[in-house]
Amino acid sequence: MAADVEIPEVKDFIEIPKIKPGAMAHAKSFPAGKDVQEFLGYPYELVDDWEARAVEKMGDLLGKYRSLKVFLDACVHCGACTDKCHYFLGTADPKNMPVARQDLMRQVYRRYFTPTGKLFPKLVGAKALTREILDDWYSYYHQCSECRRCSVFCPYGIDTAEITMAGREILNHVGMGQKYSNEILAKVQRIGNNLGLPGPALEDTLAGLEEDIEADTGVPVKLPLDVKGAEVLLVTPSADFFSEPHVESLIGYAKVFHAAGISWTLSSHASEAGNFGLFNGNYETMRKVAMRIRDAALDLGVKRIVVGECGHAWRVAYSFWNTLTGIGYGGDDPFSIELQKQLDHNYPQPQHICELTNDLIKAGRIKVDPSANDDLVITFHDSCNVARASRMGTEPGGQFTIPRELIRAVANNYHDMDPDTIFESTFCCGGGGGLLTDDLMDVRIKGALPRVTALTAVVKEHQVNFLALICAICKAQFTKVLPKYGFDMSMVGGIHQLVSKAIKLD
Amino acid sequence: MSTLTIIYATVFYAATALLLLGLGYKVYDYSRTPAPLKIPTTPAPTTRAGVVYRLAKETVVFESLFKSNKWIWLFGWLFHAGLFLVLARHLRYFTQPVWFWVDIIQPFGKYASLMMVVGLAGLLARRFVVDRVRYISTPSDYLMLVLLLFIGLTGMLMTFVAHTDIVALKAFFMGLMYFDVQPVPADPILLAHLSAVALLMVIFPVSKLLHAPGLYFSPTRNQVDDPREHRHVAAWAARLEETR
Repeated sequence: MAADVEIPEVKDFIEIPKIKPGAMAHAKSFPAGKDVQEFLGYPYELVDDWEARAVEKMGDLLGKYRSLKVFLDACVHCGACTDKCHYFLGTADPKNMPVARQDLMRQVYRRYFTPTGKLFPKLVGAKALTREILDDWYSYYHQCSECRRCSVFCPYGIDTAEITMAGREILNHVGMGQKYSNEILAKVQRIGNNLGLPGPALEDTLAGLEEDIEADTGVPVKLPLDVKGAEVLLVTPSADFFSEPHVESLIGYAKVFHAAGISWTLSSHASEAGNFGLFNGNYETMRKVAMRIRDAALDLGVKRIVVGECGHAWRVAYSFWNTLTGIGYGGDDPFSIELQKQLDHNYPQPQHICELTNDLIKAGRIKVDPSANDDLVITFHDSCNVARASRMGTEPGGQFTIPRELIRAVANNYHDMDPDTIFESTFCCGGGGGLLTDDLMDVRIKGALPRVTALTAVVKEHQVNFLALICAICKAQFTKVLPKYGFDMSMVGGIHQLVSKAIKLD
Repeated sequence: MSTLTIIYATVFYAATALLLLGLGYKVYDYSRTPAPLKIPTTPAPTTRAGVVYRLAKETVVFESLFKSNKWIWLFGWLFHAGLFLVLARHLRYFTQPVWFWVDIIQPFGKYASLMMVVGLAGLLARRFVVDRVRYISTPSDYLMLVLLLFIGLTGMLMTFVAHTDIVALKAFFMGLMYFDVQPVPADPILLAHLSAVALLMVIFPVSKLLHAPGLYFSPTRNQVDDPREHRHVAAWAARLEETR
């Protein structure tokens, strides 16, 4: 599919295109098969009574999620969000404008759930659910990476991600699941991680990495697995075990724990930080997937839970783990207390690896030599879900300052990209939210355009040659997509890849 | 009592009831619907007071819209600020004696109608001119602006061009408030103005005008960013823990 994709032209500035209706209607992610759908408890082909079931599910979600109810009511069609989505900017398809993506559901909501939509459907743009609308949902709810950029700019904070999640949940309930996300949700629950990497293979991989590190540095840095009584449980995306450049960051984490003398362990049961339950908007699934981490923490008796470089994982960990699994503080129910009494209350739970490393450097507990990265001129891409759905540190905006502080501590040459494309205004890499699949390569390449435009500018102006990231999806997406725009894939890597180079192990 | 007065008195009693009941129901419905997850758009305030400040900024200066698009912000803010002053000025027709601050803002309120109309005209123009906004506009989006413009322009006509019998009008509304119905002045411009206002009151709780209460119930804006420190569980979600 990628072969016939037209690569958009990179201009000096991000340009708002004239709308091209239907430009991306062809983009259809592969549907999920029988095995996965049944495992997740969904039908595997379109059910006969899809209209009734979809409307019933929508009603159910409207009663459970205030966000959905308020967001479907409150939009005034002001247009503030229309030029904010990277998929619109890259494709010009008007249904990729956040408001239009929401309207795909809002038109149906109005028809079945509001008096004006029932009485005057034409006047308020209300429509009964049809096959065409369902197909539109499937197409365009899989062209949204749930990055929340629109929610920053909406005067009422309407978050299209909430609508997309509800849309995918309804689609699943009528038998229209997406292969990529749902297969991963099955794998993580059956095997323990998104890549489907079984325990023994993981053990082998870690042993191999230990040999590599020792050969490289002469220091026996360990990557422990399932060690009971370790202080820290590290939960990281499974891509860190296997993929380049992800694995370089894993080596970085290991070196940090080694240098600081902190005992730590990975878990074969919870060998995955990513939680695709988020993408599908199913609370129960997200909870089941997250519960693996609680179980591993209780089983291993750890005092701290630290999360590796992963954007959506950090959203779920930071914002939802306490709610879903009691990993955090403040719960006074037996379920929460069981875990809390085991945790070390001197540390935030969960903690991001960047918080941990940055604190250690500031406290002088690990030493670094930033000149080790002098061959690099670095810029940092704020991952969407870290930027707009989580925090690091104690102050609002710590998710922006802490990674930058850390980069500046371990490297000397750093430049930010265009201020309109970083911090809370950051663009998604183009592969988030369940879109990191080859069958959506067209969407991914075009969706990366705004970020590539800003990157190109700093490459030209400051000779930037390294794009630092803290997300497994960003790393995989940019490694694949940047070469299409003429960049070398080796310019992509994690912050802990930089830490790994600069850290002093003796 | 004239038929005209009976019609207008009935219309305003009905419109007021629908507005209050409809809005009351919506607010009740929003408040009883749980928000099971912490989803503030970050960076977000870490305290309740911070959230109040965030919402106050959204209400008074439309902070997010300002970040988003200066034209929509300008027209939107002109309209809303103008409408606020105009409405405040109108309190003189519903109070006896007139509150002192309502007296003070009278001149501002008169000219604020201009802000209001300019803002509305700008918003309407955007619906025709900007291709993206034209694409998302439904008939009701245009009609809502036309209705508000009609209210603004008929009001301005009475303020600046053809004065209506404002003393009689005040007697009519004070009468309605004290259930002692007085005749409504039979001025066609006034009657058109009042009819449009009554229509606006009726559609408020069943239309996108719900953005007004919606803002304060929006979880991305009204939640405190403290998920690691405080456990947040909705009642329906807490039941999942009983089975485990």
